[in-house]
Amino acid sequence: MNASATSTTDPILKVDKLSVDFWVSGEWYPAAIDLDYEVLPGEVMAVVGESGSGKSSSAMALMGLLPGNSRVSGSIKLSGREVAGLEGAALRRLRGKDVAVIFQEPMTALNPVFTIGFQIVEAIRSQLQVGPTEARSRAIELLGMVEIPDPEVAFSKYPHQLSGGQRQRAMIAMAISCDPLLLIADEPTTALDVTVQAEILDLLRNLRGRLNSAILLITHDLGVVADLADHIVVMKDGRIVERGPIEEIYKRPQHPYTQQLLAAIPHLGTAVLNVNETEVAAAAARQKIEPVLALEGVSIDYPKRGRIPAFRAVEKVDLVIRPGEVLGLVGESGSGKTTVGRAAVGLLPVAEGSLRILGQDISQVSSKELRAIRRQVGIVFQDPGSSLNPRWPIGDSIGEPLLLAQEAKGADLSKRVERLLDQVELPRSFRNRYPHELSGGQRQRVGIARALALRPSLLVADEPTSALDVSVQSRFLALLQGLQEELQFACLFVSHDLAVVDLLAHRIAVMHRGKIVETGTRDEILRSPKEAYTQRLLAAVPVPDPEEQRKRRESRRAR
Amino acid sequence: MIPPSDPERQNIEETTHFPETSEDDVEQVENAIELKEVEGISQTRLVLRRFVRHKAAMISLFVFLGVVGLAFSSIGIDAMGIKTPGWWQFNSVAIYDLLDGGVPSATHPFGQDEVGHDIFAQVMRGTQQSLMIVFVAGIVATLLGVLVGSIAGFFRGRIDQLLMRFTDAIIIIPVLVITAVLGSTFNRSGSFVLAIVLGLVLWTGMSRLVRGDVLSLREREYVDAARVAGASNSRIIFRHILPNAIGVIIVNATLVMSATILTEAAVSFLGFGVQFPDVSLGSLIHNFQTAFNTRPWLFWWPGLFIIIIALTINFIGDGLRDAFDPRQKRGLNRVARKQRTVVRPAEEVGA
Repeated sequence: MNASATSTTDPILKVDKLSVDFWVSGEWYPAAIDLDYEVLPGEVMAVVGESGSGKSSSAMALMGLLPGNSRVSGSIKLSGREVAGLEGAALRRLRGKDVAVIFQEPMTALNPVFTIGFQIVEAIRSQLQVGPTEARSRAIELLGMVEIPDPEVAFSKYPHQLSGGQRQRAMIAMAISCDPLLLIADEPTTALDVTVQAEILDLLRNLRGRLNSAILLITHDLGVVADLADHIVVMKDGRIVERGPIEEIYKRPQHPYTQQLLAAIPHLGTAVLNVNETEVAAAAARQKIEPVLALEGVSIDYPKRGRIPAFRAVEKVDLVIRPGEVLGLVGESGSGKTTVGRAAVGLLPVAEGSLRILGQDISQVSSKELRAIRRQVGIVFQDPGSSLNPRWPIGDSIGEPLLLAQEAKGADLSKRVERLLDQVELPRSFRNRYPHELSGGQRQRVGIARALALRPSLLVADEPTSALDVSVQSRFLALLQGLQEELQFACLFVSHDLAVVDLLAHRIAVMHRGKIVETGTRDEILRSPKEAYTQRLLAAVPVPDPEEQRKRRESRRAR
Repeated sequence: MIPPSDPERQNIEETTHFPETSEDDVEQVENAIELKEVEGISQTRLVLRRFVRHKAAMISLFVFLGVVGLAFSSIGIDAMGIKTPGWWQFNSVAIYDLLDGGVPSATHPFGQDEVGHDIFAQVMRGTQQSLMIVFVAGIVATLLGVLVGSIAGFFRGRIDQLLMRFTDAIIIIPVLVITAVLGSTFNRSGSFVLAIVLGLVLWTGMSRLVRGDVLSLREREYVDAARVAGASNSRIIFRHILPNAIGVIIVNATLVMSATILTEAAVSFLGFGVQFPDVSLGSLIHNFQTAFNTRPWLFWWPGLFIIIIALTINFIGDGLRDAFDPRQKRGLNRVARKQRTVVRPAEEVGA
């Protein structure tokens, strides 16, 4: 250890033989094994890997933020000073002052009962010896630096009064408040919309020029890091499998896992265009058939609760899905796309207009008829964590619709459940397992099996892949596509990810603030969008190619 | 200052993804092995197996059953027309000659009071009465509280308002006042009626807790999934929501049961329920609290039995809660932690 030798070329962070283990039900499980990497001042280092690869736990080890059932070994040197194993006051001085973190979910990372100004001032005063007025002016300066409009006003706002992107900006302001040597950004844009994500990435890029901090960017999204990072470390199963400068990794990935990871990202506009004669003919033929789902001038309200007035989430929406067709419904969060999906399966009442499923208006049927209609629809939910009853073995969850529709019982039911598990490519033995024993991708497969149990004519998929890793996502989408081709159900695929919709959908509808701004075939929307909003949405999608991404960013700024 | 990430969640995420990372066929072999262990076992058996593994709960269960067996075999049963003799030579109401001023002896192991009652027989009779009251009141309070709480939480809106204001009304009236008023109505109608009345008064806390849990559980996506599958409201409540609230329900039920023992004593003191010469554990303590300095055994024995019953019920409840939770994990064993080595997956090629 020599703290005196800190020239500019010395790394800010030097990790050597870092291992993190977790104690789980009687065994030590490794989360990170023998990691070694360096981050130079002013450099952005991206740690990329899927969930379970140990990227987050290794970063949390730098901050001493790991839970009690973990142990850390190896050396972590911050500007030449050993910080592994620090405790108490020394560790507290390290946090915030030398190392700061930007968390994934700005809503839960900010305290809802304090104003953001108060929280930033607290961060400043806990590390630096400054008076309240000085801290306040510094906080306002920081809020200006992260480009929050009207920093004076924003200072006294509570987290819930800010949008998701502004909250993340406030979080960043707090993290850089004490000029940390190292800034750890743990999936900083995962919870944000694409357009907001692009803005936050721009901000990080600007900050990096202005501060001399090193940034450690942890992400699963290779698109995000494409034009931000200088170096990349790819992790798998707790080990570093590949490292190198960004251009190298994207252009000439060496390790098969990196290649696989890059291949798994759905590239917008590269999906094979199989618009052949038969496809066109099939589409024309579809036009004549009775639609499975037809929305005419549908408005949906969230009723008033207490002093909060009623909120119109969806306004005068027209949509038609014909048998065997996949309609992609895209939009940013708050655009009302999920609301439309939930109304389509009868979970939300329609305030105005008519919503017909197979010709029957579901707002005008008795509850008994509604139950019959519901056998014709299935829904796959967004969150694999809460869409299955944690107290039920998954076989029971899959069999429930069959049991309730009185289609099968006893041995017959058990056979049907096994067939459904086969269809979604899960081992039959899984039927006795509980949801917590399954990974996210496996749970979403169970969700599909349950939704398809009654062979519905309409499947609503509400962002089924947003919680999954890219490689799991690509397998899941291939499965869904295969099932759709085999069973020919109509599908309303709700997603914020244009690239995913590009893979699956025949037609796409774009929603913005409760209204549909544009509808058309996949090619019309993605290759020649007419509306300005659709164009903006397309431009914001990150592309896993540093050069392409740079070009897109410049053209976005020029606009 | 910097909000910590949720360590528990992160930990679970890190570990639950492990099976997925292994090779597919290896995983299937593992599944097959695991399946052999689990196959053909119903959910009830699984719960039972987890309960049996819970040491504190099993010991408590045996102690509790021992107390029950002792109480009902020693002095026999005399209730609802059934009469069985016990093996103990004295009974709880007769007065015997005072031996050595009532100090515990070979003939009267728990001693005698100043008139000459045999305290062992009285404590046994008291245990019988208290157990009956605890269970009847506990079951009534639990059923009522769960019903009111789940209906209020599930349907929300006006039904919720109505039920919760009614609950509030009952909460603000002290338990003793209600039972005393009801007591004068059903004067001297016995301990069974008292148990029911206590149950009708003590459900409020349970309904509040269950309502809170149901309010959050009803927003889970599996509830929506069940609704789309065509499940009725009652099926959603009883099969999907309440099983997930079982932890709160069991813990609260055991607390209500332990509290009932002492509430019953206070109410009996007001002249309702268990009346002299019949006794309950609570009334024994009440009657003998003045004798604490002169004849401490009169106080200690019923007190000991109250503690045993309350503790064992709580431990059994704890074991049940853990047994019902499929995510239950074994605790950290510090010694084992140090000894065990890391299970590391085989080195990857090119790692």
